Order: sequence, then C-alpha cells, then structure tokens
Amino acid sequence: MALAPLAALVRKDLQIFFTDRRAVVLTLAIPIAIASFFGSLFGGFGDREVAKVAVAMVNQDGGSLSKRLIAATAADKSLAVTETPLEEARAAVQSGRTAVAVVIPPGFGDTAVRGFIAQGEKANLELLTDPSKSAEVSLVKGVLTGHLMEAVTQDAFSGPESRRLLDEGLKSLETSGMPAEQRDLLRRIMESSQALQRSQEASGGQARGLTIPFEVKETVVTGNPLLKYNGYAHSFAGMGIQFALMAAIELAAGILLERERGLWKRLRSAPLSRSTLLLARAISGTVITTMTLLVSFAFAWIVFKAPIGNLAGFLAVAIASAFMAATFGLFVAAIGKTPAATRRAAIFVVLVMVMLGGAWVPTFIFPAWLQQFTWLVPVRWAVDGFDAMTWRGLAFSDVLVPVGLLLGFGVLCFAAAMWRFRWEEA
Amino acid sequence: MLAVRDLRKSYGRVVAVDGASFSVEPGQLVGLLGPNGAGKSTTVAMIAGLVTPDSGAVTIGGKPLSGDTDPQKRLIGLVPQDLALYEELPAAANLRLFGSLYGLTGRPLEDAIGSALLLVGLAERAGDRVKTFSGGMKRRLNLAAGLLHDPQILLLDEPTVGVDPQSRNAIFENLEFLKSRGKALLYTTHYMEEAERLADRIVVMDHGRVLADDTLAGLRERAGRDAGPGASLESLFLAMTGRTLRD
Repeated sequence: MALAPLAALVRKDLQIFFTDRRAVVLTLAIPIAIASFFGSLFGGFGDREVAKVAVAMVNQDGGSLSKRLIAATAADKSLAVTETPLEEARAAVQSGRTAVAVVIPPGFGDTAVRGFIAQGEKANLELLTDPSKSAEVSLVKGVLTGHLMEAVTQDAFSGPESRRLLDEGLKSLETSGMPAEQRDLLRRIMESSQALQRSQEASGGQARGLTIPFEVKETVVTGNPLLKYNGYAHSFAGMGIQFALMAAIELAAGILLERERGLWKRLRSAPLSRSTLLLARAISGTVITTMTLLVSFAFAWIVFKAPIGNLAGFLAVAIASAFMAATFGLFVAAIGKTPAATRRAAIFVVLVMVMLGGAWVPTFIFPAWLQQFTWLVPVRWAVDGFDAMTWRGLAFSDVLVPVGLLLGFGVLCFAAAMWRFRWEEA
Repeated sequence: MLAVRDLRKSYGRVVAVDGASFSVEPGQLVGLLGPNGAGKSTTVAMIAGLVTPDSGAVTIGGKPLSGDTDPQKRLIGLVPQDLALYEELPAAANLRLFGSLYGLTGRPLEDAIGSALLLVGLAERAGDRVKTFSGGMKRRLNLAAGLLHDPQILLLDEPTVGVDPQSRNAIFENLEFLKSRGKALLYTTHYMEEAERLADRIVVMDHGRVLADDTLAGLRERAGRDAGPGASLESLFLAMTGRTLRD
C-alpha cells in the first residue's frame, strides 16, 4: 500500500475538518455541555447530599403510636415529611409534588398492637402513591416498616392496653384447646412480658420496642482506594461515545456527498487500491474522534475533577472507541444511498445503540430480557472501558477485553464496508 | 495510444455499451458525441477504470489496464463532468492532494501545481478556497486537476458545461496546447460547435454502439448529397441519431 497517497488523503480530511472553525468548536462544545448536565444527574462528584423524598402524613388516628410514628419518619434523613389533611395530601400526590401520602386511619394504633399480641385483625395503613415514582414509593415503604415495627412493639411491651391484652390472653389460654405443653410455654412468655412491664413501671423507665438489629456501614469499592465515584467521568464516557457515533454519521454523509459531487470518480481514477481509499477515511475519522474524546475528558478532568485512573488504558479505550465509530461510519456509507436518507436511518440506529449501551441511563433499569442484549452493543464496551480506566481505577489488563471487542467490531465494519461499498462510478 | 476494443457493459437488462471500438492517437483530439443515454459516460468510465467492462478491452500503449492499482493509470487524466473539487480547501491544496494520489511529492509536486495553475490562469488564486471561485474558474481548476500529473491521455467529460464564453475559450486554448504537446484527448460533449472546432476525429455513439468514427469531412462525405458539402455537424448528428427526444 502506497503511504504517500494514504497520508495525503488523511491530511485532506483533517484540513477540511479544521477549515470550519465554528463547526470544530460546536463539535467539542456540545458533548461537553450535555455530558456536564448528565454528569450532575448521575451523582456529580459523588459526595453530594441525596435529595429527600417528599412524604405527606395524614394522621386520622391521633393516638400516641401514630404520633411517635410520624415523629420517627420525620427524623429520617431520607424523607421530607409534612403532616397534612387527607384532601391536601391527595392533591399533593396528584400534582406530583409529593411521591407518597401515608394515611393512618382512626384506631390504627390499637388495632396494630392487638394484631401483634393476640394475632387478631391486622391494621390497615393506606398509601396514596404517584405511579411515576415507583422507586421513591419502595423507599418509603421500607423506611415506614422499620419505624412502624418499633412503634408497635414499644406499645406491645408496655402501657395499659398491652396489660389488658395480656390479661385477656392469659384467661383465654385455658380454653384455647391448645396442647398442654405448648399452652404452658405460651403462658410463661405472657407472664414474663407482664413481669417486664411491672419492672419497667416500677423503675419509671420507658419501654423499648423491637428495632432493626443491625446498622449498615457503606464502603465504596473501586480499584484504587484514592479514587471515588465521579458521575461526570461516566457521563463524559457515554456522551463522548454518542457524539463519536454522530460524527461517524457525518463521515458517512460526507462520503456520499463526495460521490454526488463526482469526487469519487477522481479518486477512483487514480492508481490506488480500494483499501487505501477507505483506510484513509478510517484513519482520519479515528484521529478526529480521538481528539474530540480527549478534549472532552480533559475538560471533565480540569473542571469536574473526573479522575483518569490509568492513562495508558484510557488512551487505548479512546483510540479503540474512535476506530469503532469511524469504521461504523464507513459501513453506513457503504450501505447508504443518499446523504439525507442515510443520516435519518443512521441516527435512529445510533440512538438505539447509545440507549442500550447505557450512555443515557444505567442498564440495570432495563427489563431482564433486554439487559442481555446490552452486552452485544459496542457502546457498552466503550462506556465500561472508560469507567474502568477512570473512576473505577482498574488495571490496564482490565480493558484488554473491551478494547479487543471494540477493535474487532471496527475490523468487521471495515471488512463489511469494503464488501458492500459501491465501487463502480458510472 | 488509447485503444478501445469491443467494449460491452450492461446493467441488468439494460445494455449501456454494446461493442464500442475506437482509438485515440498522440496529438489527436477525438470528439465522442451522442445523445443522452448513448453510452458515452459509461465508455469514459470504463477507460478510466471506474467501471469494469463485461467484455472487451481498453489498452494504453498496447497494454491492457488491469486493476485499481495498475501503474498505467498514471498515463490517464480524468476531467469529470462534475466539479470534482474540495470546495472547502484552497486551489493549491486540492491540486496537492490530487498530485499526491499519483505519487508526486516535494518539489516536482509544487512545480506541477504551479504549471497547472499557470496554464488555466489561476496562479493568482492558488491560496483561495474553491468555494469563492466562479463557475468558470472551477471548470478551469477541474481541468488543471486532471492534467497535473502530466498524463499522456486526457479524458474530458463535458468539461465546458455552464461556463462563460471567456472561460470556454480559455479551456479550448488549453486543449489545443496540450494537443500540440502530443497528448491524446478524448472529449465528450453535447456542443457540436466545440467538436467542430477542436476534434480531429469524431466518434458518434447511440444505444451503446458506435455509429460513426471519422473526420468531419469524412462524415459529410458519408452523408452524401442529402447533407450537402457544407452541412453542419449538428445536422449530420441528427441525421445519424434521429430527432426522437431522449430521456
């Protein structure tokens, strides 16, 4: 392969790219702007305060248990609790201002304690929920369960109602028809509870309910203890790949436009191999896209402190991703007819690839059947590779597989482009 | 210099070129005429190596063209009908690219660029972007790009479409100069007066076949008394190809 013509073709593409300075600035600025926005959504610097979930509490019971329940939930750092009347709470959920309204019905406290001790009718707690906020609803349910168990068991082991219920329970035990051995064991539990109540009342102490018997200690795990999660590093990876693929579409449209303008007749009439003509485009596309990715990440590094855990691995992922995008553009040009039609179809394909690749939202929110397909999407390999070499702080060897897959995909696209390209220029 | 022998090309059931044969000698300009769809452009594309013939042969100096990288392609210069130029780049940068594709580098490349721009009257605009050029200037630069590597054979596919009389005349003078230097020129056009002025021989094609291959005087002689001794090329052309409108 003659290197001088190859170099001339690559130089030409770079010259054309840098000719339009406004386009160059936009090419660099747009992914940076969008990635910055998404980065702030994905957790930003990783140490920001988590937003509280808005919860409205409607207390129709008015007893001590319900008051303690409301006080406990209000003290929870993950919830923003307001106590409101029912209609106001319903309106707040309807309008989306509040994720959940908890309605504590009249008699809730008594019924709940009775149900706990005597296995009677269960108390009802009504939740009014915003259907678009299922994640917040799940969180509120979990927090509410913990506080409710503590409040109910606190009443179950102390207070006049508890004493009355234990007395009733002991009387009814004799006529329960229960086997004698089990009846004796249950009587001893109830009598122990009565003794505990008397002891607490004599000492003037406050009974404690059942609490969750553990605390969660959260330790962030990365490959490098000095690195911490940075949402910007993740979003610049996703958006960087998205715009690399968008640039690939422009590369494809440019090739088709050159064909319409007769330029490919002149190129094909020269004594050059077909592979030289396409390889030149692959190289120039790779160089331009790599440069765009590096400028974007440099911005993220300087402004948002997005870490580069392994520079060599990062460069390998950037170059492999750029090669993948450039050859994808060649393939699009090979199967495209006109620039306009090709652009429309290719944008759809790229958006699907980017979505499945997890560039917009994490892939774990996808249905299980869809998640298995995300491993087939090169965007996923690129984003995983960038994550590994930035905030995850993994070793160079950890990106060999993603880099290999990206390069392999690129080679496949190049081969398909060589095969499908319309070489005849009548 | 350039010989086309029994060239055939079909696209599905449509026969574009059906056994075309003719030749172009050094210092000769052959006009290739024909109505729309006659097969002229496909013939030129096969000679330039852009389209692979179904059968037949194109030979350069007696040797057949073989493959994309055949060094003999350096002997051919193509001036396509389209303005095949990168409008975002300056004129000299365009020529630098096209010269590089033919293996020119360094001083010889810069000399060739200077000579080609001088020939077409664009030396003063070498550093200007092509998109700032008029239609006539672009046509002249299109010609310069085709002859930059000093080919022995120049294929010109309607090189004067849409240019003003001044630029057209300048292109004619360029072609006459190239002919005087021994180049072999194949020139397709719809303008009969251009062929009358420039062509040493005229090849008339229609429906993919060569209907005539002769000098203007020879064509008149073949047309006989019906055409008359002073018959225009246009009347001879219409007599051969008919007056039916073509798509």
